[in-house]
Amino acid sequence: MSPRYLKDVVTLQLDEERCSGCGMCTQVCVHGVFAVSKSIAHLVDRDACMECGACARNCPVEAVSVRSGVGCAYAVWKSWFRRKKEGGEVGSACS
Amino acid sequence: MARVATDITLPDRLGGWGVRWGINRMHYTVAAGLYAVGQPGSQSPVLVSANYKLTFDQLRRELAGRDVWLLLLETFGINVWCAAGKGTFGTLELINRINRTGLPTLVAHRTLIVPQLGAPGIAAHEVKKATGFKVHYGPIRAEDLPEFLDRGMEVTPAMRRARFNLRDRLVLIPVEVVQAWKPTLIICLLIVVVCAFAVRDFRFFSLLPVGLPPTVLYLVALLAGSVVTPILLPWIPGRAFSLKGAQVGLLSAILAALVMGSTWKVADLVALLFVVPAITAYFALNFTGCTTFTSLSGVEKEMRIALPVIILAFVVGVVVWTVGLLT
Ligand code: SF4
Ligand code: SF4
Repeated sequence: MSPRYLKDVVTLQLDEERCSGCGMCTQVCVHGVFAVSKSIAHLVDRDACMECGACARNCPVEAVSVRSGVGCAYAVWKSWFRRKKEGGEVGSACS
Repeated sequence: MARVATDITLPDRLGGWGVRWGINRMHYTVAAGLYAVGQPGSQSPVLVSANYKLTFDQLRRELAGRDVWLLLLETFGINVWCAAGKGTFGTLELINRINRTGLPTLVAHRTLIVPQLGAPGIAAHEVKKATGFKVHYGPIRAEDLPEFLDRGMEVTPAMRRARFNLRDRLVLIPVEVVQAWKPTLIICLLIVVVCAFAVRDFRFFSLLPVGLPPTVLYLVALLAGSVVTPILLPWIPGRAFSLKGAQVGLLSAILAALVMGSTWKVADLVALLFVVPAITAYFALNFTGCTTFTSLSGVEKEMRIALPVIILAFVVGVVVWTVGLLT
C-alpha cells in the first residue's frame, strides 16, 4: 500500500444513481478508490484519492466529479499568485 | 514512419542521467508520430505514449524483441503523467494523431493500449466515438509491459496500483536537491549580510568564523528535508509532509546542538531549534509534488496551516540569531 495523506479533504463525489456499473473508474484509478459490486460503483477508499481526475474524465455517464489538479506545493504556490492576477487554474506546474 | 532501435546507446544513458539531475530536464523530446518496433503488422498491438525521450528509451528497452506499434503524442517532452494533468496528453491530441498517422489503415484491430497514468487526460468513450478505437488502459509502469503483453493484454491488480517504494523515492532526490538552489542562494546571502553587519567587516576571513556555522546548519537542514525525509517518508509519524519534515529537522537540530553545543551561545542554540525544523519542513512540503498520493485539496490545506508556522519559526530563529550576534 502506498502511504496515506490527509483525511477528509478530497473533493471526489460519486452519484450512485447515475452509475451504470461499467467499471471504467476502477480501471483508471491508481489508488483503488472505487469498487464495483452489484453493478454499481462504490467509494471504498475515498481518502486515498489524489484528485487526478481520471475517473471523472473516463466515466461515460458523468457520475463522478472531482476538482482535479496536482497535489504539489509548488503548483499551489504558483496558483495562489496567478489567481490574484488572472483567475488561473490550480495545479499544473511541472512544465 | 520510423523504425526503432531497441538497444540503448551511451549517449542515451548520459542524457538520461543528466535529466535525472535536472540538467536539460524539460523538453527532452523525440518527434511525435507513429513508430515501428520490430516488424509490426496489421494485428500488432498499438501502444500510446508521450514524446518524452526518457519514456521512449524505457519503452524501447522493455519492448526489445517484440513487434509493436508505438504512437507518441505531442506532449512537448513532458512525461505521460504530467502531460495528462496539463491536458496535452489528451483526447483531442490522441484523436488527431490517430488520423494523421494513418493508423486505421495500418492495423486491422481497433484497440489502443494507453498507459493508465494517461487516463486523467483521455476520455476513452470519446476516443471510441470519434475514431472507433477502444482505449485499453495498460499497466502504470513500463517495466510491466512485457508481462502484460505475454498475458494477452491482461492487467493484474498490482500493475494498476501506484507504488512509491524506496527506489521510486530515491530517483527523485537528485532533482529535489538541485532545485533547491534558489532558496540556498537567498539563505547564503542572508547569512553573509547579517554576519557582515554583526562584525562590521566585509572581508572574507573576518566573515568566515561567524558565517560558517549557520551555513553548515543550513546545509544540514537542506539534506534533512530533501534527502532524509523523502527516504524515511513512510516511517515518519504523521500524514502532513511539513510535520514529517519538522520532526526530522528537530532531531537534526538536537543532534547538531549535542555535537557543537558546548562552544555555542544560548541564542545560537535557540535559533537552531527554530530555523532547522522550519527549513526541513519547507523542503518536505516541496516533496509533495513528487509523490503520487497527495491531493490538491490536501496540499492546499497543509500549506494554509504549515506555511505561516514555517515562516514564523524561521523569522523568530533568524531574529534570535542576529540579536545573539550583536550582543
Ligand atoms: S481522482 Fe484519480 S485518484 Fe481520485 S478516485 Fe479518481 S482516479 Fe482515483
Ligand atoms: S465509470 Fe462511471 S458509470 Fe462506470 S462504474 Fe464508474 S461511476 Fe459507474
